[in-house]
Amino acid sequence: MAALLEVQNLSRHFGLGQGVVKALDDVSISLTKGEILGVVGESGSGKSTLARIVMGLDQPTSGRVIMDRQDLFDLSPRDLRKARRNFQMVFQDPYGSLDPRHRVGRIIAEPLHLDPRAPKGAARRDMVGKLLEDVGLSAADQDRHPHEFSGGQRQRIAVARALITKPRLLVADEATSALDLTVQKQILQLILDLRDEHGISVLFITHNIGVVDEICDTVAVMQNGRLVETGPARQVLDHPAQSYTRRLLAAEPRLDVIGRRSRR
Amino acid sequence: MTRLPKSLIIGAIITAIMVGAALLSRVWTPADPTGMNIVARLKPPGAAGLFGTDQIGRDVLSIIMAGAWTSLGIAVVATVIGGGIGTLLGVTAAAKGGRLERLVMSFNGVLFAFPPILSAILLGALLGPGALTSIIAIGIFMVPVFARVTRAAAIQIWARDYINAARMAGKGDARITMEHVLPNISAQIIVQLAIQTGLGILSEAGLSFLGMGVSPPTPSWGRMLSESQTFLDAAPHLVLAPGLAIAITVLGLNLLGDGLRDLTDPRRGQNG
Repeated sequence: MAALLEVQNLSRHFGLGQGVVKALDDVSISLTKGEILGVVGESGSGKSTLARIVMGLDQPTSGRVIMDRQDLFDLSPRDLRKARRNFQMVFQDPYGSLDPRHRVGRIIAEPLHLDPRAPKGAARRDMVGKLLEDVGLSAADQDRHPHEFSGGQRQRIAVARALITKPRLLVADEATSALDLTVQKQILQLILDLRDEHGISVLFITHNIGVVDEICDTVAVMQNGRLVETGPARQVLDHPAQSYTRRLLAAEPRLDVIGRRSRR
Repeated sequence: MTRLPKSLIIGAIITAIMVGAALLSRVWTPADPTGMNIVARLKPPGAAGLFGTDQIGRDVLSIIMAGAWTSLGIAVVATVIGGGIGTLLGVTAAAKGGRLERLVMSFNGVLFAFPPILSAILLGALLGPGALTSIIAIGIFMVPVFARVTRAAAIQIWARDYINAARMAGKGDARITMEHVLPNISAQIIVQLAIQTGLGILSEAGLSFLGMGVSPPTPSWGRMLSESQTFLDAAPHLVLAPGLAIAITVLGLNLLGDGLRDLTDPRRGQNG
């Protein structure tokens, strides 16, 4: 099957000359439909830079991001708007990712700005209400403000916002890291359900190996902006080929609360 | 409901009284603020009006009330216009960054080098003294103050992830500024408006004290001060009345601004 997302030889350097920081150094990954790819690594390994570039929030120094056979950084602004409907993001901090001044309904409907033919008025309300129910909240919650919700509920709102344009790729940047374990598990289950029901692909950025073990099909391990190891999650976690991966695994407290999911 | 800060309550009451007096002066004053009565000149407070009469027998309370309209009017108009332009510059600098931001901030530095008195002297030479000269001179002084405050506040908002979410929704800088940045810095802008209006009152009083403000017979606190200093021994109430009016109004606006700041301080209560 053709890859939905292909990242080719992506580099992102900050600064110039001697002081250059290679946040991303020649990274290539690919993601097929319905695949959940975990990108793991410690702080500063370049995972978030990768997410920002894939989302078009930052420009690479070199390399390409091919989404659905289109080079993201070659698109005209108009085509980029169209392409953006196919990929959305869930951020790490559910307190910083929702505008405190807007009502939940407006927050969730924001990506519809990308689609001039998106429903308006009552039809839009119904659409938002249905999404809220899909993520486990109630349709009436759209009239409330973010501060009335807990962290986990806010993250559900952020997921609903990411889903309103029916994207094919969801990028989750540490989307469960700020949540406590039980809530974390609920959000992970939500993402798994979305994949199973809608065939959404997920780029799951995390420093938490337990989470990778829980939901990812494949895993890419990053260190200092470079990709050090990639492969099926079970294989990488059980038989890491690289010493860095082994150290990362050894440093991870086991998440026995969540436990291992049996894989197909 | 959280308890309101005391400074907010006191500041709001003082400001309301001053604004009320200014508005009331448009329809009613105890006596005609321009009506002379040489016989009843320099009368102490009490018999001839609550605040006495001045050197040509005008009722001081009436002039103070009418002067409130002049001072508050000029200060508010100058602050709103200067603040509006400054805010526009500040949020634009924060949104665009880079060369434009440096240009805006250097321009600000240049404006900041012109205190209202200096601007008023320059403008007075061009336009002659008057309300318009005062408004422009004080307004120019407000621009860099608001540009700095709003730029700093807007930069913090631009770092939030909900801005990234708006970007991914295909929104441009102008739209994000209108929909996300301005609503989230509105509290800081309102606080600044209150405090800067107080400074505007002081500046207006200073300008009219120096004869560069509104022209007679338009009542003005600053000019009352300058005209009455020669009678300091004979009629101290003539100096006290406008002096206290200025001090209390500025104090009220500062308390109001501080109270609003306390009210909107994120450390005070819930997140967001």
